[in-house]
Amino acid sequence: MTQRRSYQIGTGLFILLGFAALAYLATQTTSVANFRQGPSYVLEARFTNIGQLKLRAPVKLAGVRIGSVESIELDPTRLDARVRVSIDKRYDELPDDSSAAIFTSGLLGDQYVGIQPGGSPDMFEDGGEFVLTQSSMQLEDLIGKFLVNGSPERKPADDPTPPEAPANHQ
Amino acid sequence: MSGRAQKGSALLDALAQVGACALFLLQLLRAVPASLRHFRETVRQVWFVGAMSLVIIMTCGLFVGMVLGLQLYYVLSIFGGTAALGSVVSLSLYRELGPVVTALLFAGRAGTSVTAEIGLMRATDQLSAMEMMAVDPLAYVAAPRFLAGIVAMPLLACVFNALGIFGAHLVGVTWLGLDNGTFWSNMTSSVDVWKDVVNGVWKSVAFGAVVSLIAVFQGYTTPPTSEGVAYATTRTVVFSSIVVLALDFVMTAFLM
Repeated sequence: MTQRRSYQIGTGLFILLGFAALAYLATQTTSVANFRQGPSYVLEARFTNIGQLKLRAPVKLAGVRIGSVESIELDPTRLDARVRVSIDKRYDELPDDSSAAIFTSGLLGDQYVGIQPGGSPDMFEDGGEFVLTQSSMQLEDLIGKFLVNGSPERKPADDPTPPEAPANHQ
Repeated sequence: MSGRAQKGSALLDALAQVGACALFLLQLLRAVPASLRHFRETVRQVWFVGAMSLVIIMTCGLFVGMVLGLQLYYVLSIFGGTAALGSVVSLSLYRELGPVVTALLFAGRAGTSVTAEIGLMRATDQLSAMEMMAVDPLAYVAAPRFLAGIVAMPLLACVFNALGIFGAHLVGVTWLGLDNGTFWSNMTSSVDVWKDVVNGVWKSVAFGAVVSLIAVFQGYTTPPTSEGVAYATTRTVVFSSIVVLALDFVMTAFLM
């Protein structure tokens, strides 16, 4: 009888452990997680191009994660991207002339919203909007510019550094 | 001449095995409702094939995760993409390695003992004795072990995955100094509950059914000698490994 009881308890524990592992995988390692960590407030920023910015991308100030991207949508009248970011309530002392920019972590990494604090004495309220924003850097545009500027037919006045410049290194 | 005849008969034997296994599956499924009356026996088998396999599954999961962490860190660092370590490890575990490696371990740990146990019952005429006592051995011996495999495999695979993630985290974050937040946030942003986690659970359910079907079938149809039981146990591991890997390819192609 005690033998039977012990294996039943063992089986119960095993099934419990299995489902606990499943619940852990499903909630902690997937997009369900990170939904909201503690109280936060929402700010808005408009970008002409968000590049590869995704929902739940980190929002960083001085490289430290202080929030995440909550929603991205196109403003139908102004035709720019309206990005709502939720910022941790602990960091509610952001000057309201701070600027937001979209950066890439590493050369091929994910994109995130970086915030440069301004110097205004007034702080952002919940629902405030970044006035100064800088869109994501498009690699294609850069390559295009480089191809146009770097072509040998360009006028010398266009470019302050002539192609002979690298020779000076030696 | 005789060699060719032997080859032909070996081929026919293999074909007959596949057919017999399929017919056995039908008999087994027919015996499942009756086996639910012996529900205790099913629970005991879940304990035996599931709970008793936990230690090996957890140890192997931890080491597979640690190796994945090391290897992928090395590969990703070539491209400067070590930030993706968490998502790459978790996706490869959930979608592929978790179900497959667990199924292979399960075949080695639980499948063999099921085959040996039923094979010995066959060799010592216990199955015939049951029939004589009007107890259907399919419902009392075979079906509970089959059902237990289907129940235990997905749970074991989940435990394996969880320990694998832990191992990769240990290597990537604790030892190699990857950022903890990047590790988790990249993982959480790239893993989907239904497409990745549940996809792997379906795979492991199918693998559990296949491995325990082969194990029960090999034990049930073993030649009633000690040599026969030994062969049957070997065949369980060989056949279930081949079938799991082949089925994995088919399921991946369909579930993609």
